Amino acid sequence: MTVARIKQVSLHYGKNQALKNITLEIPSGKMVGLLGPDGVGKSSLLSLLSGAKKIQAGQIEVLDGDMSSKAHRDKICPHIAYMPQGLGKNLYPTLSVEENLQFFARLFGHSTAERRRRIDDLTKSTGLHKFLDRPAGKLSGGMKQKLGLCCALIHDPQFLILDEPTTGVDPLARSQFWQLISRIKQDYPQMSVVVATAYMDEAAAFDWLVAMDNGEVLATGTPEEILVRTSSSSLEDAFIKLLPEEKRHGYKPVEITPLSGDATDIAIEAQGLTMRFGDFTAVDNVSFRIRRGEIFGFLGSNGCGKSTTMKMLTGLIPATEGKAWLFGKEVDPRDLNTRKRVGYMSQAFSLYGELTVVQNLVLHARLFHVAEQDIAGRVAEMITRFDLTAVPDELPESLPLGIRQRLSLAVAMVHEPELLILDEPTSGVDPIARDNFWRLLIALSRQDQVTIFISTHFMNEAERCDRMSMMHAGKVLDSDKPALLMQKRGKTTLEAAFIDYLIEASGDSQAAEPEIFDVTTPAKSKVLTSPKQLFSVQRMLSYMWREALELRRDPVRSTLGLIGSLILLFVMGFGISMDVEDLRYAVLDRDQTVLSQNYTLSLSGSRYFLEQEPLRDYAELDNRMRSGELALVLEIPSGFARDIERGTPTAVGAWVDGAMPQRAETVKGYVQGIHQHWLMEQARLRTNTSVSSAVGIETRYRYNPDVRSLPAMVPGIIPLLLLMMPAMLTALAVVREKELGSIVNLYVTPVTKIEFMLGKQLPYVALAIINFLLMCLLAVTLFEVPITGSFITLLLAAVLYCIIATGLGLLASTITKSQIAAMFFAMLATMIPAIQFAGLLDPVSSMEGAGRLIGELYPATHMIDISRGVFSKALNFSDLYHSFLPLVLAIPVILTAAVLLLKKQER
Amino acid sequence: MRALANIYRLGVKELWSLRRDKIMLFLIFYTFTISVYTTATAMPETLHKAPIAIVDEDASPLSARIVSAFYPPQFNTPELISLQQMDPGMDSGRYTFVVNIPPNFQSDILAGNITNIQLSTDATRMSQAFSGSGYIQQIIMAEISEFLQHQRGLASTPVDLELRVRFNPTLEKVWFGSVMQIINNVTMLSIILTGAALIREREHGTLEHLLVMPVTPTEIMLAKIWSMGVVVLFAAAFSLTFVIQGALKVPIEGSVMLFLLGAALHLFATTSLGIFIATLARNMPQFGMLMILILLPLQMLSGGSTPRESMPDLVQNIMLAAPTTHFVSQAQAILYRGAGLDVVWPQFLWLVIIGSVLFTFSLSRFRKAITQMA
Repeated sequence: MTVARIKQVSLHYGKNQALKNITLEIPSGKMVGLLGPDGVGKSSLLSLLSGAKKIQAGQIEVLDGDMSSKAHRDKICPHIAYMPQGLGKNLYPTLSVEENLQFFARLFGHSTAERRRRIDDLTKSTGLHKFLDRPAGKLSGGMKQKLGLCCALIHDPQFLILDEPTTGVDPLARSQFWQLISRIKQDYPQMSVVVATAYMDEAAAFDWLVAMDNGEVLATGTPEEILVRTSSSSLEDAFIKLLPEEKRHGYKPVEITPLSGDATDIAIEAQGLTMRFGDFTAVDNVSFRIRRGEIFGFLGSNGCGKSTTMKMLTGLIPATEGKAWLFGKEVDPRDLNTRKRVGYMSQAFSLYGELTVVQNLVLHARLFHVAEQDIAGRVAEMITRFDLTAVPDELPESLPLGIRQRLSLAVAMVHEPELLILDEPTSGVDPIARDNFWRLLIALSRQDQVTIFISTHFMNEAERCDRMSMMHAGKVLDSDKPALLMQKRGKTTLEAAFIDYLIEASGDSQAAEPEIFDVTTPAKSKVLTSPKQLFSVQRMLSYMWREALELRRDPVRSTLGLIGSLILLFVMGFGISMDVEDLRYAVLDRDQTVLSQNYTLSLSGSRYFLEQEPLRDYAELDNRMRSGELALVLEIPSGFARDIERGTPTAVGAWVDGAMPQRAETVKGYVQGIHQHWLMEQARLRTNTSVSSAVGIETRYRYNPDVRSLPAMVPGIIPLLLLMMPAMLTALAVVREKELGSIVNLYVTPVTKIEFMLGKQLPYVALAIINFLLMCLLAVTLFEVPITGSFITLLLAAVLYCIIATGLGLLASTITKSQIAAMFFAMLATMIPAIQFAGLLDPVSSMEGAGRLIGELYPATHMIDISRGVFSKALNFSDLYHSFLPLVLAIPVILTAAVLLLKKQER
Repeated sequence: MRALANIYRLGVKELWSLRRDKIMLFLIFYTFTISVYTTATAMPETLHKAPIAIVDEDASPLSARIVSAFYPPQFNTPELISLQQMDPGMDSGRYTFVVNIPPNFQSDILAGNITNIQLSTDATRMSQAFSGSGYIQQIIMAEISEFLQHQRGLASTPVDLELRVRFNPTLEKVWFGSVMQIINNVTMLSIILTGAALIREREHGTLEHLLVMPVTPTEIMLAKIWSMGVVVLFAAAFSLTFVIQGALKVPIEGSVMLFLLGAALHLFATTSLGIFIATLARNMPQFGMLMILILLPLQMLSGGSTPRESMPDLVQNIMLAAPTTHFVSQAQAILYRGAGLDVVWPQFLWLVIIGSVLFTFSLSRFRKAITQMA
């Protein structure tokens, strides 16, 4: 009986080969462990098994069917549950426990009552019932994993796939998690479980193991078989022995030389260190003393306050309360000199990826002010000591994790610090590299008397420390020699001792949780028989409801969605103004007669011009025009009045600032008009007749009689913004899931692409419509642009248009991978055609070639027509129906394209 | 001394990082070359193929003369329509202009009777409506007076208007568009580069690493400011010389060095702003969204795209606090009008003041933020 058959499966990521021609049969009804350090291909294999990832080469059969067949995947998908790697990776952090579970339950089509019963069952048996209202993001690591498990179990799977479910979880939560799994197994023995893990000690409890390294299977069998075959006492040893010869080359178990030296020489002392962020206490009253040359370990799960404590010691963050001393001096964040005595290696891999190995070392040496003449020597020494001789000019990113770790240590040591602070330096490294790393640490401590302060969540590493502290929830539970800690608790392993401490610390409440786990069978058969629907409204609504909740809880996105377009409308309304008003001009009047003043008066009376101080000479004219103060200068020649009197031709000079061509054109027009007008006035005064006015051109500015910019621009800008913002937000919504990993729920649950798309789209359509109403309100009130036509027509068009805009966002999201790319892509794909070709500034009928074609087809063109028609031209539906047709047609085209391009499997 | 050395080293490190960031390099190259060139050359003439229709109720030689006076590229060949077609045609946006020549137009003119041509303009199309209607009036009047001159002589006007356009005599939009593109790029890139440099360090965890070294936040911030500032300044100088003066053959009136000095002052303010935005955002996507909301107003309301004087007073006053306003005004003065330091010193002073305020503010915000983010 096998649950999955894997035949000659390979997988590449670009040049990297993650799986090398693997053939494997996984027995059904068993707890199967996939064993190996990070990056050996465990996760890739599991995501292939779950159907989340597309098979590149080879064949995989799961639950008696070919996983490359879509029909088979659709059929068995409700029977597989997949929990991806990473704490709460497929959960939604802003949603509460209840909401997360409701979401998953709806995807699998349970009724309201059934959902309630299952959620209560699962949460009660996992101890999450009390926390139903808490957002998933605020749960501890262990609780997140339990919630992940509940979400996976909500549909009674036959095949449960767990990818490193206990990494980064404290030992107590870990043991509880395994108890939970084994109880589930007891109640439902036919269920097959595959678990990936990097903790060798956990693997001993599984029924069957697959040891993996470097994309290949090293060995399979029960734990006992593997131990016997390698004649080892522990799986960790067994694993090392299974590794190929070249990897094991030169490997020796770590030996710790005892600590000697003066016990009163204190390197670090902390008293009552406390750190609060708001009302959350990250570190609570922590005290310890560490001798010079000692290796001191901090053991605890993710988020227990280890890193924060270390940061307070380095002066990176000031402690809320309490004090710390380094080498007898109080830690002062401003004292740069103590920092030179400390080397720090942080949890995140913190080298400059853009700098080579040597450049990284040199940069750090310089920043620590190692004397210039010593730098080359120090760097060379570090390279030999930490075995980097083969890679001095490589970029860190191209190096294997183990070497990068050594480089980090070399960088931390380059200035010969007396104290090394290492924050989980070995996470993700294979056992051999980890042991090699430890040998370096021991040498530093014993030979160079460097004090080492290290945090870890590996028990066997903690055991190697001279002394250690166990930390949980910001508190130090106890500190002592590892052996003494075990002795105090009467346990044989450090893990058991730690669990004992944790149980004591958390009181009885959490530990004494276990309730009877029962998965009632009738519901199961119901799910099994439910046929696969082509389109389920419930699943779509489930996605819609979840998206709406998330949006509401993300302040940046919802603010941007709600007021972003208002801000931009405001800015563009004033920014893209074609009005030319209040032009500053000055006069150089060399005539100074009544007539010359009469001429200038005709200008100062106009609302377009603002008179400035008169000019005296050309130099001043030049200066004031260069500074941009004057847009126009009039020069009236001397003898102006006299020449007119005599009928001698004369000329008024006008200088226009041509720096802004558009404005200059307008100024030219105004000046010519005013000049003509003045001439006519003069002629009329002189002859008392109106000779030249036999022909007139009567200009009527329609729809916008005052020729104001705002009534012309605002109805055009609203469609523009209504396209850009919703498209961007929708694109982000999908790509965010890709980046955060929750997209895996689309891959492995029965939800179809159409349901997913529509569910994601609808909240943004609603948001866009609200946005549209707000923009109309702003237009009518602030900009005083009245709506003269039928608002219902405009609203109807806006609804169609919002569906198109969000649809374009979905389309953008299918071809982008990162949020930044999605944002820019959505912006470029909407803004450029909308501004240039949709008739916002120049009408489509004035365009030629490709621009004309884009303009005719692009939905924004028609929306701008409708918007202008309703706002300015007093039109209603019967005048505008022809512009509706392209909008209605665009919707199915865009949505179909988006659905076709969306992938239901990861590539 | 030691602080200066640190600032120098950290800045060089930023340049190293940038050198390996292919996407950023492409962005810088693209915006300062291809984008400047295409935007400048693609600036449309105001009046290009404006759709025009004529209702000719006269059908005389004069009206035919007027109809034939409109032709591409400024106007579409006029469509001859009936009076009934006029309203629907304008409502649907088919025509921006409709000229209505009344019956008996020619005979009325010749008889000296008062008569009017009606010009209807779709004023929702501002760009065409404004310059177009003036242009159409001039064309029609010219046709009429030429027609009349044939019939009988016409006296010339006693006072002439000599219009001279300074700084850009032929009003070429390329001159304006290309230089404005550089001015906008300087602002945009300096904010993106510094902001992204800070966020990248934070995402990679290297910022935390820097903070445990004997360097101060002020040094970190100054290093980012000078290095990214130099990159943008260099790119702007390159673009001015090779793209604008070279490829586009736009004459630059003033001193490029003076412009670069002004740009340096401006960069002090905008790079500080970039860091400030980066402290507000938790990650790149948030940074991108904030950028859009901050950058667009800074650029659109600076006076770079439309004259400041046509904005409401309130907006004008608020924008006095924005560095872009002063940068645009000094850049236009120097590059278009050849102004010297004696003319632009008030803008320089403004930039120094705004830059110092922004820097101080960003620095205190940066100090606070790094303790939280670390």
